[in-house]
Amino acid sequence: MSELQLLWFVLIGVLFAGFFFLEGYDFGVGMQFITNAHTKEEREQLYSSIGPNWDANEVWLLTAGGAMFASFPFWYASLFSGFYIMLFIVLIALIFRAASFEFRDQVQKYVSQRAWERTIGISSFVAPFFLGMIFTAMVKGMPIDAHGDIYGGFFDYVNIYSLVGGVAVALMSYIHGLNFTKLKVEGRLYDVATKQLKFAYPLLIAGEALFAVLTFFMTDLFQNNPVWEFIICPVIVVTTLLSWFASAKGKEGFAFVTSGLILAELVAFLFAGLFPRVMVGNNPKFSILIENASSSTYTLQVMSIVVLIALPITLAYQIWSFVVFARRFKSSK
Amino acid sequence: MSLFSVLDLSRFQFAMTTIFHFFFVPLSIGTGLIVSIMETLYVVKKDEMYKKMARFWGKIFLLSFAVGVPTGIIQEFQFGMNWSDYSRFVGDIFGAPLAVEALVAFFAESTFIGLWMFTWDRFKPWVHALFIWVTTFASAISALWILGANSFMQNPVAFAIDGKMNRLKLVDFFQLITNPQLGFEFSHVLFGAFVTAAFVIVGMSAFRLLKSEKLGAELTLFYRKSLKIAAIVGLLGSLGSIASGDAQTQFLMKQQPMKFAAMEGVDNTLDSSKRDDKAEPWTVIGFWNAKTHKFVGKIEVPYALSILGNHSLTGGKTVGMNELNKQLQREYGNQSKDYYVPVNTVFYSFRVMAGGAGLVFLLAILALYFNRKDGKQLLKYRWFLWILGIATYLPFVINSAGWLITELGRYPWTVYGLFTTADSVSPNATVPGLLFTNGIFFLAFGLLGIAMIVYARRVLHAGPDDVEYETLAKDKKGEA
Repeated sequence: MSELQLLWFVLIGVLFAGFFFLEGYDFGVGMQFITNAHTKEEREQLYSSIGPNWDANEVWLLTAGGAMFASFPFWYASLFSGFYIMLFIVLIALIFRAASFEFRDQVQKYVSQRAWERTIGISSFVAPFFLGMIFTAMVKGMPIDAHGDIYGGFFDYVNIYSLVGGVAVALMSYIHGLNFTKLKVEGRLYDVATKQLKFAYPLLIAGEALFAVLTFFMTDLFQNNPVWEFIICPVIVVTTLLSWFASAKGKEGFAFVTSGLILAELVAFLFAGLFPRVMVGNNPKFSILIENASSSTYTLQVMSIVVLIALPITLAYQIWSFVVFARRFKSSK
Repeated sequence: MSLFSVLDLSRFQFAMTTIFHFFFVPLSIGTGLIVSIMETLYVVKKDEMYKKMARFWGKIFLLSFAVGVPTGIIQEFQFGMNWSDYSRFVGDIFGAPLAVEALVAFFAESTFIGLWMFTWDRFKPWVHALFIWVTTFASAISALWILGANSFMQNPVAFAIDGKMNRLKLVDFFQLITNPQLGFEFSHVLFGAFVTAAFVIVGMSAFRLLKSEKLGAELTLFYRKSLKIAAIVGLLGSLGSIASGDAQTQFLMKQQPMKFAAMEGVDNTLDSSKRDDKAEPWTVIGFWNAKTHKFVGKIEVPYALSILGNHSLTGGKTVGMNELNKQLQREYGNQSKDYYVPVNTVFYSFRVMAGGAGLVFLLAILALYFNRKDGKQLLKYRWFLWILGIATYLPFVINSAGWLITELGRYPWTVYGLFTTADSVSPNATVPGLLFTNGIFFLAFGLLGIAMIVYARRVLHAGPDDVEYETLAKDKKGEA
């Protein structure tokens, strides 16, 4: 494995982590359209809080996918064709979510506006849930053949491990979204978020413990890369505790950043467990390795230069945009 | 199960998702440009009407962007999902432009559109206008990279064959992005985007102007001015797309002669040096018989193919499909395989595209002519307003026809001369899975398409004075 290959493996992880950190909160806010918002005004508050940024957040997924295609075509091909139906469901959810944000604004009739807002709520749950399932099923191992194609049965995709993984990512996104809501709004939504976080954090800690146990018994991640896995695992729990503590103490900014970090650390946990593989075969002989899944050295070099120039600029204006919209929306009550 | 094959269903799904996506791509790029022009006019002339225009047509821009983005994610994902062997074979080259597109263009587009949407009252007018220009510019750059990837499929350059890993390898990034095909393709698509948006705005304005008595003087002026700006963009766009289309065709004659022969319905080689009139005739209509390999029932215009293809009254030689098939069989060493493209579809798509381009050019000129001075003629000729209104849909048909020629005309290749469609498809794809996804995509696109049209109409009927702009909750309550 060359240093360039390693760099790109890490970079793909960073891009997915960035995606979950950013889109995670707007998934969470989206879910609140169903769970927490009762009045038109509250839904308006929710939309306003993520309106200017959710689109750019979603581009992180696009960038991660594109970067995977460019740097590890054999990983991309195997993963995307192998998880065909699940990715299809994610795509449908993202399409309807994006359209609903725009359409809900165009509708005057209450009934149809509610229909689009329910769509936002459902799709904001479906997308992170299925992405969580995909990533956990992927590290658990798949029936891969010599060509790198996955011929999985229903239980390869849907099993206790991937279901817990899906719920975990959805719950982390929801918590992350509640923290974001607390940063952005006042009034009843703020109070409801505070109340829900009191229960959500202990639930998440329990979920993390369950996930760690399942990972230990159902996957080879801990055996494959014990040092990193045994470091990252407690880090996730500590971050969750910190976030819980900050949230209880009313330190909203810190709670938000740490709840995002939980998602990023989960990506790190899964990627470290994969290493030096990119796809885990049920038959280890057919696992796909970083070493032989990547693009040529030349392509990786070109892409590295592009990233080196473009990523700082991209981050700069994205952060600037967050600064521009960093305000709290007051409730009229 | 023999009713459908995995390959056919995968191809159908790709065509469906791409055509649907490409309804919104040119519409976003084009409306982006026109809205940018309108807002710039506001900054320069300080006339509130232009601000109203930018905001009003900006609604259409946002609607099309909202559907364009997620349908674009399908494009990027489906190479891996449905065409995994293709992804493995070309990933070293093809993935890079897609990743660069997301990184340098798409981020800018989506960030600045957010800034533009929500900051009407927070920045100086010229700064705010800058946001929409950045968005428009980034969306054009976005198209550049995607078409760079497509140009590689049309005219592969900058590659070496890596036999060990059974794939192509990139050898020169600069050569990849200076592919001559990209120049033709990008300019053609960009001008096509201008035409698309122009005719949507011309058409929608025309529908409103049919009711000009009810609208009153101020709104009538509003729609007439909108129509004028859009028609100018449409006129320039149609000229540009005709010129770039011609240049593309010249390149095609050498690079993908089978596509060209199918576009023109040339079955056996036309050689004007062997003809009495020393010129090639052009076939207007006809029908390709795939069994006899003959183009039958032809109606021909003498001289026309020499003029169109060769830019001269005499001379020219167009190698026919039957000869090309033999050539290709020799070149690729497969005597039993036929290299005919889907001739009738390509042939008639070309007529729809070229005829449509002529029509939009004519309509743009007439619209500008009738709309001159006080625009009395335009308001009087209700039949013409109706035609303009219906022409709202015309560019979408033209664009789709253009892509059918480009993509189907490359048959049987995904990467011309190197890799076939049949080799590209995911080995683990199944007929039931594809039937399911095809069906859901079809329903979803149908629903979104209808919603899009309904809401665009609603925006239009509410009018520019009634549009509730994208404002943040706080601003709506008037708190400073």
